[in-house]
Amino acid sequence: MLKDLIKDFIDEMKPKLINDRMFIMGGLGAFVVLFTSPFWLNFLFSLFTGDDVYERPKIALPTEYKECVSTRDYMRAEHMQLLDTWRDMAVREGKREYVDANGNKWDINLQNTCMSCHANKPDFCDTCHTSNSVDPYCWDCHVEPKGNQQ
Amino acid sequence: MLISLLAVIALGCVAWFGTSAGFQFAFGIIIPVLALAVFIFGFCLRMMGWSRSPVPFNIATTGGQTRSLDWVRPNRLDSPYSKIATIGRMTLEILAFRSLFRNSSTQIKDGRMVQWSAPWLWIAALAFHYTFLLVFLRHFRFFIEPVPFFLTWGEALDGLMQVGAVRFLMTDGVIVAAILFLLGRRILLPRIRYISLPSDYFPLFLLLGVTLSGICMRYFDKTDISSVKVLIMNVVGFNWGQPIPEGISSMFYLHLFFVSVLLMYFPFSKLMHMGGVFLSPTRNLPANSRAVRHINPWNPPKKYRTYAEYEDEFREAMAEAGLPLEKEPENAAG
Amino acid sequence: MSKMPNSAELAKSISYSVPQKGWMDIKPEFRPGNYAYPAKEDTMRGLGMPNPHTWAPENEDWGLPKNWEKIIYNALKVRLEKYRSLKVFMDTCVRCGACADKCHFYIGSGDPKNMPVLRAELLRSVYRKDFTTAGKLLGKVAGARKLDKDVIKEWFYYFYQCTECRRCSLFCPYGIDTAEITMIVRELLHELGLGLHWIMDPVSNCNRTGNHLGIQPHAFKEIVEFLCDDIEEITGVRIDPPFNEPGHEVLFITPSGDVFADPGIYTFMGYLMLFHEIGLDYTLSTYASEGGNFGLFTSADMMKKINAKMYAEADRLGAKWILGGECGHMWRVVHQYMDTMNGPTPSCMEVPKSPITGTVFKHAASTKMVHIAEFTADLIKHNKLNLDLSRNDHLNVTFHDSCNPARAMGMLEEPRYVLQNVCNNFFEMPENTIREQTFCCGAGSGLNTEEIMEIRMRGALPRGNALRHVQEKHDVNTLACICAIDRATLPPLADYWAPGVNVVGLHELVANALVMKGEKRRTMDLRQEDLPNVPDEPEEEDEMPEELTGGAEADDAAADAGADNGEGGEE
Repeated sequence: MLKDLIKDFIDEMKPKLINDRMFIMGGLGAFVVLFTSPFWLNFLFSLFTGDDVYERPKIALPTEYKECVSTRDYMRAEHMQLLDTWRDMAVREGKREYVDANGNKWDINLQNTCMSCHANKPDFCDTCHTSNSVDPYCWDCHVEPKGNQQ
Repeated sequence: MLISLLAVIALGCVAWFGTSAGFQFAFGIIIPVLALAVFIFGFCLRMMGWSRSPVPFNIATTGGQTRSLDWVRPNRLDSPYSKIATIGRMTLEILAFRSLFRNSSTQIKDGRMVQWSAPWLWIAALAFHYTFLLVFLRHFRFFIEPVPFFLTWGEALDGLMQVGAVRFLMTDGVIVAAILFLLGRRILLPRIRYISLPSDYFPLFLLLGVTLSGICMRYFDKTDISSVKVLIMNVVGFNWGQPIPEGISSMFYLHLFFVSVLLMYFPFSKLMHMGGVFLSPTRNLPANSRAVRHINPWNPPKKYRTYAEYEDEFREAMAEAGLPLEKEPENAAG
Repeated sequence: MSKMPNSAELAKSISYSVPQKGWMDIKPEFRPGNYAYPAKEDTMRGLGMPNPHTWAPENEDWGLPKNWEKIIYNALKVRLEKYRSLKVFMDTCVRCGACADKCHFYIGSGDPKNMPVLRAELLRSVYRKDFTTAGKLLGKVAGARKLDKDVIKEWFYYFYQCTECRRCSLFCPYGIDTAEITMIVRELLHELGLGLHWIMDPVSNCNRTGNHLGIQPHAFKEIVEFLCDDIEEITGVRIDPPFNEPGHEVLFITPSGDVFADPGIYTFMGYLMLFHEIGLDYTLSTYASEGGNFGLFTSADMMKKINAKMYAEADRLGAKWILGGECGHMWRVVHQYMDTMNGPTPSCMEVPKSPITGTVFKHAASTKMVHIAEFTADLIKHNKLNLDLSRNDHLNVTFHDSCNPARAMGMLEEPRYVLQNVCNNFFEMPENTIREQTFCCGAGSGLNTEEIMEIRMRGALPRGNALRHVQEKHDVNTLACICAIDRATLPPLADYWAPGVNVVGLHELVANALVMKGEKRRTMDLRQEDLPNVPDEPEEEDEMPEELTGGAEADDAAADAGADNGEGGEE
């Protein structure tokens, strides 16, 4: 009997509640759309670009030089740290010499040391940075090298 | 409290050792996707569950002068009369935690009650929720290609202080401080500790785990975010057959697992206040109940003692007292 | 009954430290003075309440029906399906603690379970156990507990230490309203036959005789006539209010406490004088002689049953609209429940329009019921009343916002406007204790019974302290209110916390200041106490009436002009 009563009033209220529930459904719709956005946004993009699989950004490594100031893995993870240290040594402490683990001496200089090998900023720095939305402020002060565009 | 902390630590161990043992596919793809599904479906089900019960009465709390006589100035936001004003009230409630802003603290000093404004909870709550939102949005850089410009700009703004090599983001500092504040008051204030349940500590510890593992990955034990993005893009692009990229540290999986647990826990917990705040009948109804009739869908039929019954009982005395009657005593007898 | 501490001792006894044991492990102890008397079996049976039986809170066995667990489970289930408020409030609380020290009972007692959050947890813990997955699986870790007889006792203890004042709701970031939860739990308790004498007796009376006090129609008329005799003695004006008469424009309904109990009667005399003076076409009703509705403290069905008489009587008498007297919970019902429950209004009713000023009360367009403070404020704004404020000059007045008009109606300015126009010395209590943040009298929602005086006085501490503050600072000697329950509960509050302060209704002050046409020289206030500021008698007594009438006409003309020019102007 109790069940019937409940069922009765639920049936009774259905038409009257439409406004209220429409609001809630609408809100939930927006919620679902937002929280699944990466899925459908990427699907939409792929329709335009035709790229189905996201590929790791390819960076252009210098061809004529083989040696950097440190190992590949270290540089990949910590290059920003190194650049920051170099900036402090050169600009704040006036030190211009860096000795690496192998005893090689390097001139602390972004443009003349780093960029002399990695001259291709768009294909070496920017591909990764752009894809991962990293916005370094190196070029607030330094002049952007023209790189391979010449 | 301890039980919550232990639970979070145990969860962390599961993820750490799980991925160390090579279950990257499970922790990197299956669990997070499952968690998202549970979160979205669970959230919707809870909201629909609430919406199934009607709002039988307009029980708006009036937090100020209502609209009445033309020359009385109404407080439109705290006592909203129109739909638009109600939306305004809800907006303030949801975006600015207006009710919490009123918070005061009461003490008895020398036998007298003293009250003062206590905005700290409001500040910490705002700080936490907004930084969480910003951090959440910041992560979209890993979920989308190309990254929209406003995400990059937002992050530049977040790192405006330009401290450190991996630029320090203010939100990272604020969110940890806010969580620690919320956790601290729960542990240190006796009254709040007394009302706290394990389910109050658990989400805080979990959030602390999420943020600290994230911070660790960004500033200290750096993981290869290019690989992370490849993994995530494979997941959201439904290319689950692609190989899991190399070079992703266990710290990342720990972070991801904490987030997954948070998502799965969400719909079954007090975290549903995120949806509940929209549905509170004391806030989301216009305070116009005398002007507009609110409909109760289950309004039962009227049952009351009618005037006729009343007169039947008291007719003699009423007649004697000269009160007007519907039936005079002599006519009523028959 | 245990010995009542004095106010200083009571204040000193309050400690906000928390017990060592968790709240689930502490059981309430019933001893004389800390519980209100249960409803009589006959009363409950007469009202058709379920499971009526005789029981005593101090007994171990409360005589619950055999299947009491099932009854509670089903009753809670039905209510979860009926009330979204309950469902959402059960689920969304984050236990932030913002509500904790907003409750007057917590402030005054320091009992942790009087924090609104824990009061709600008393039900929430049972809800979790029976209706949530986490609670079923994890039990205590998820904050769930099994329903047992001690829980029922705890509910009875603490949900009758909540006055449904909604102050906590104002501060809750999710608008969780403990009043809503209290109302539901009281309904659950009533399902088991557990109720309060002080609530169920008025309910029963109201149902039978039309008012809480059980005054029968002829006695009601007699009492009102006695009050009219008093009015005549004080003012020289004879008033004969109509009773149960069809064909009047307005049906006036006020709490019966105003007819019966000191100091409410002076407020009632005030109404009658005001209506007489402005020539309002109204009638009283003995059938609907109760504005208050203790059904609100019983169950939604009972509230509806009692309230239905108002529209039924308006229909029978052909009244165009209803004017409501000063009352708190009555206006909660009228403002937020009446139209939904017992509307739409009878066909004879129209959108209320003041016959004196022509003001249309658009905000009452559907309910068609106007609060007398709104009505009088409108009269004063349009200069329709001849008021001599000096008669209230010996009073330093402060105003107590009643919980319901403040937080359920938002009526804050109208009573203040009236007050400031009938007396010269008005002082507000501290900001955090008035308007929407007002503190309860400590005995609303059916708790104004003698046997729990200590609990009441603890709950009254915040209001009492605020009153004491203005008493010391501004020499306040009068506490005005617009609530019949306040008029019954504030005098003991004032005696206890701020001795020397008198409690008056708003319209008592209005009537004291009101200069009536044809009145004799007023030397007494409505309480028949001498007015200290009476001007010397004029030498030529014969000319007095002419001067008065002439003056009144001139005032009316000025008022009309003022009303035309001054629209939109504000004080």
